[in-house]
Amino acid sequence: MSTIDFDGVSHAFGERMVLQDIRLNLTEQRIGIVGANGSGKSTLVRLINGLIRPDTGTVTVGGLDVARHIKAVRRQVGFIFTNPDNQIVMPTVAEDVAFTLRRRGLTSLEITTRTQAALERFGLDQHADHPAHRLSGGQKQLLALAAVLVGEPEIVVADEPTTLLDARNARSITELLLGLSQQVIVVTHQLDLLADFDRVIVIEHGRVVADGAPDEALGAYRELLA
Amino acid sequence: MIGLYHPGHSLVHRTPMLLKLLLLSLAVVLVGLLGQLWQLGACLLVVAALFLAARVPLGAAWKQIGPILWILVIAVPLQALFAGWTTAGLMAGRLLIAVALAALFTLTTTVTAVLEGFQKLLRPFRRWVDADRVGLLLALTLRCIPLVAEIVSEVIEARRARGTQGSLLALAVPVVVRSLYAADAIGEALAARGLDD
Repeated sequence: MSTIDFDGVSHAFGERMVLQDIRLNLTEQRIGIVGANGSGKSTLVRLINGLIRPDTGTVTVGGLDVARHIKAVRRQVGFIFTNPDNQIVMPTVAEDVAFTLRRRGLTSLEITTRTQAALERFGLDQHADHPAHRLSGGQKQLLALAAVLVGEPEIVVADEPTTLLDARNARSITELLLGLSQQVIVVTHQLDLLADFDRVIVIEHGRVVADGAPDEALGAYRELLA
Repeated sequence: MIGLYHPGHSLVHRTPMLLKLLLLSLAVVLVGLLGQLWQLGACLLVVAALFLAARVPLGAAWKQIGPILWILVIAVPLQALFAGWTTAGLMAGRLLIAVALAALFTLTTTVTAVLEGFQKLLRPFRRWVDADRVGLLLALTLRCIPLVAEIVSEVIEARRARGTQGSLLALAVPVVVRSLYAADAIGEALAARGLDD
């Protein structure tokens, strides 16, 4: 399991401080991150694959400083966004999954084989040649997941992946994430989905205010909300 | 090209994209040079045979070719009036064959094949042009058409719900703002997928 380290990380957007002196060592396989809107949780996970650079402090993934080894880190860290429409780049389902494998020095046959396997794994093989924008919301999020996992990352980071989905699709995406062999870090507002996670971190005003087992951390978060 | 591709394994599907594009261009030029109606009729039979060989469903073919027939319904009588029925027939035949061949190309070629073809074409110029980036640019342009269409449709709906149908400003501003946000988000997703290495 990869280790993700935040060492004294702070970040501000203009005048507004969004993260302050974050010190975390993430080694568990299933980690949930919760917090109010604007608390800094999305910024925190974006630091993991270098979508945002820290103003101070360092973030390391598997011992690699994200700021200095961005290419290697991004191969290790797959990222799933809230709105899959923004993540889908190619016009058809199969082409979007295959897109992840470009620039990796693979042959066309290898790309086709791996793409087909990823589509079958997520039940999208029937839609391989369909336009991606015509899929349902749940299928689009499955496509986003397939497109990330075909690259075989060691860590999967998901920023509110179920927010735009109905309860059934939210549950199925969460179950898929829970079933992955990779280390999974999920930002969510749906607290009931975190019951089976190994660790939950609560962020409030850019600081970690609770960190531990789901019962304990979510209890602290509910008190904060009360 | 978005959503028009009809999957298949026929010879037409398997023909390399650049060869297909070259043949399409040559055929359109050749059809433009033909001056006898029977010659165009023979070409139409060949085109029909190609559609059959590609096993393109009638409905999918009609969607592509049908609209040109409406134009011909108006254009042919006008042309006949000024230049005679033979010239009008030649014009109609040439247009129909060219559109049908272009539709066949679209229905049997994936976007990826087109992008890879253009990347191959640009390869000799790699010192000056990044072919991968140009390919990505084309793919994103195609991908963004339905995305922007969806934004426009949502904004029109919201505008109607708020009773501001007549205001062009109430359409343009949110469409531009939301498109820019979407562009930003897509840029972030591309970076996350390792595209800004």
